[in-house]
This record gives sequence, C-alpha cells and structure tokens, in this order.
Amino acid sequence: MSDDALYHDRLMALARAADGAGRLEKSTGRATLDNPLCGDRATVEVIVDGGTVVAVAHDIKGCILCQAAAAAVGRHAPGADPAGLLAVVEAVPAMLAADPAPPPPWPDLDCFRPVRAVKSRHRCVTLPFEALGEALRQALQKTGGNF
Amino acid sequence: MSFDPARVRAEFPLLADPPGGRLHYLDSAATAQVPQAVLDAMAAHDTRARANVDRGVYRLAEAASAAYAGARARVARYLGADPGEVVFTSGTTAAINLVAQSFGRSLKPGDEILLTQAEHHSNLVPWQMLREARGLRLKFIPVADDGRLDLGALDSLVGPRCRLIALGQCSNVTGAVADVARVAAAARAVGAKLLLDGAQGAPRGPQDMKALGCDFYAFSGHKCFGPTGVGVLWAKREILESMPPVWGGGGMIRSVALEGFTPAPAPERFEAGTPPIAQAVGLAAALDWIAALDLPAAHAHEAALTARALSRLPAVPGLRIVGPTEGDNRIGVVSFDLRGVHTHDVAQALDSRGVAVRGGHHCAQPLMDRFGFMGVTRASFAPYNTTDDVDALLAAVAEAARIFG
Repeated sequence: MSDDALYHDRLMALARAADGAGRLEKSTGRATLDNPLCGDRATVEVIVDGGTVVAVAHDIKGCILCQAAAAAVGRHAPGADPAGLLAVVEAVPAMLAADPAPPPPWPDLDCFRPVRAVKSRHRCVTLPFEALGEALRQALQKTGGNF
Repeated sequence: MSFDPARVRAEFPLLADPPGGRLHYLDSAATAQVPQAVLDAMAAHDTRARANVDRGVYRLAEAASAAYAGARARVARYLGADPGEVVFTSGTTAAINLVAQSFGRSLKPGDEILLTQAEHHSNLVPWQMLREARGLRLKFIPVADDGRLDLGALDSLVGPRCRLIALGQCSNVTGAVADVARVAAAARAVGAKLLLDGAQGAPRGPQDMKALGCDFYAFSGHKCFGPTGVGVLWAKREILESMPPVWGGGGMIRSVALEGFTPAPAPERFEAGTPPIAQAVGLAAALDWIAALDLPAAHAHEAALTARALSRLPAVPGLRIVGPTEGDNRIGVVSFDLRGVHTHDVAQALDSRGVAVRGGHHCAQPLMDRFGFMGVTRASFAPYNTTDDVDALLAAVAEAARIFG
C-alpha cells in the first residue's frame, strides 16, 4: 500500500511489532490517559535510573495509530535521557499539525505523515506520547527533579 | 406513488454534488443531510423575515413572530399535538435535561426512574445527575443478546415508587424499535410518566403522541433532515403547566419586579432568551418534507437496504452484527464488530473508499459494556440511500478486513 494511505505497510508493521507492549513490575513513573472521543486508553510505565530511561512499557486499548505510536515509544525511549524524551513528547503534536511540517523527532515517526490530513485522529498518535510525558514527570517528581 | 431514491437524493445538494466527488453517506443516524426545501425555507426566513420574535411591533418583527409560531404549529401537527405543548430546545439532549431539571424537582428521595441498558448518554446522564441531587433510584431494563429490550422483567422493575420510565423509541446502536405500548401500559399501571427519546424515531415520519401513550417526547432537528441547534420537547399540557422554568431571562416571564417574577405560561416559560428562530422554521420545513414522502414506500426501501446489509455483511469473516438480524421492528441502523479491529480504524478505512460511517461507542457506553465492545461500527440508512451505497459499504468492509487481517 502507498505511503500516502493512512494504513500503509510501514505503519502497520510498526503497530504489529508492538515494541514495549506489556507492563513493568517496578516502574518509577506510570500514567494512564484516555481519549474521550473514541474511548482509547494508553498506559505508559517507565523506569528512570541514573539519568536514563532504562525501561518503558505500554498497555494500549486503542486503534492501530495509537498502537503504532506506542510501539515507537517502546522502540526508541529505552536508553534515552528523560529531558530528550520530553522534547520528543512536545514535538509530536507539531509534527502532526504545524505548517510546514517539522522533521519527525524519530525517523520511524515519519510513518504518521498521512495522519496530518486527518485532524480527528491526531490524538490517536499523541496519546501514548502524552502518557509517556506524564509518566516521566511522575518519575521526575519521585527523584526530586534529579533524574 | 412509486419511491425513487435517486429523485430523493437529487433534492439534497450535498449528495447531488458531494465534496471530494464520491460519498456514500451512511451516517444519517448521527446527522441527516438537508434537502433544498429546508435550505430554501431558512434562507427565505433570514432574507425576508429576520427579526427577534414576540418583542417588536414593527412589521418585520410581526413576520418573524408569525413564522416562529407557524413553525411551532407545524411541529405540533407532525406530533398530532397542540402547539402549546411544543417547546423548542437546542436538541434532544436539551429536551431531556429540561425534563430532568424541571419535572425532576417534583421527585422525592427514594423515588425510582426506570431506564434501559441501551440508552444514549443523553437519556442516562441527566438522570444520574438527578439521582445524585435528589436521592433517587435508577433501575434498568436489560438488553437481550439480540439487542432488543428484555421486557420479561418489566413488571418487577416497575414498582410503586416508579415515577418515570424513560427510554429510546429506537436504539441508535442496534436499530431495535422498543415495544412502547407495553412499556406505556406498565407506566400507566403505577401512575408513572413515560418519556420517549424520539431522536431516532421522529425522522421516520409523523408521530402520534396519543397513540404512543407517552407523556414526554424529545427529538432533534438535525436527524430529521433539518438544521442543527434546534430540537423539540413535547409534553402533555397539564404536565408542562405544572413544571417550573429552568432557565430565566427574557421571553419566559409574564412580569418581573425586583422582588421576583411570574413565569409565562408554557411553552414560552421554557424558552428563555432569543430562540433558534430560523432553525425552528427550518425544522418545520424538514418535518413537512418528511410528511410529504410516500412513507410506506420509503420505509420499505429502507428495510430493503437494511436487509441487504444484514444478509451480506456476515459474509465477511469474523464480522458480528450487534442488534437484531431480522427485519421486523428495527430501523435502518446496522452496527457491527469486525474481529475487534478498532472502529475508528474501520471507519477510516471505509472513508478512504468514500463510505461515511460512524465508529465508536455511539454515546452508549453501558450498551457497549453489555456486548463487551469498546465500540462498534455503524451504518445508518435514510430515504436518499441506494443499493449502490450498501454495496459500497460491503466492498469497503471486505477491504478493511483485508487491510487489518
């Protein structure tokens, strides 16, 4: 399927890969967010240790777009520094809505380019990132702001 | 008179010349399209009679007031009712909330309201809010596996403290038509009032309030091929007259002093502020348009489209219809689950083929819980839909099944 189609092969492959799907036993930050439009729910857990996000897991009850976005989080967040991840969280909405479109913060996120044209689905993509941001901020609070 | 959906379709500018060039509009249960006659009526009002109503004495204001009163009279005719029993609201939701906030004040702690498991949130949340405010009990008629109300326990659910039964005339999810006569009899037996959410029933043709046996009837303009922003609460005159106003302001008073006010008679006492005048005129035109259809033929056409969808959709592997699978006592609403694929993914895939359907919980989350779904995909049919629309739906669903397989 053409990359112009919403459900193109790279996006479907990312969703099916489901990197990071599951739960963490000893997360230092955890957030669950809902999308009232469709009832989707994204739970993201993180373990931050020594200034590094050492583990990320997500539990998604949502659409393919939400699953693919969560898989991108699961693929790229482990090993990253929290401040950098928070910058990614901030960049994703702009990636979908800003004109002209800025480059995606991770190359994998380029697969969401066709979603730009469907505003009603933007939050499907941003929801896991928003949950990631909340989870990171929670972890930050626990460490007194010192990752 | 033969029924020609193509001729009906040609009356709808958006369908005759759809933006994007291809549109199979199967979401009329959410919002129906508007025929030219309705657009013309609203444009004529705003270009020839636009003024505030029941305030000015100049000729234009007289014309606006007459148009608004005429709209009320035409709505009343559609309902087989008296114009004094017709309250214009912003829609079904506002109409039901009005009953909850006004009639609801007469209810006492321990009083019961009987609802159903299938209600749209607009006929659930207002009563939950009232329950919290007044210490009421809510009871629920369950939904059977086929999506119809399970009325087997009706008599045991309607007790001596039951003050109101409120239910949808037709389900916006399953398409099932409620056995209103049986529920009305149960309400009468204990002196309870009966409220019908007519959002999905009113678009099907003129309604007879006396024959339905209800005390309140609520519906929206935009599902009746009319404008958004207008709806109707009908109630028996003696009930309306006993109900206090909910919103205060201009237009709803008989007199005002610093010490207090005297409300106007019904229905004006419930219409504080400037009402949706052009929208009411448009709604009246829409109801006239419906009433002028060959309704038996239109219903037969809709039933044929529904039967085609119900018989052929299950050929898609893993697809499950949510609601009655036979044609009797159901409207042209067909909801389904496609192997658990998220409904927005299904709906988006269908849109890529020009098929506009609704996905989600349809403001009926308890019903979704009943069937174990987060949401379902819904196609809904109107007189302007054709066999071609149904076949486009079938092809698009098959393609979605392939994409998400």
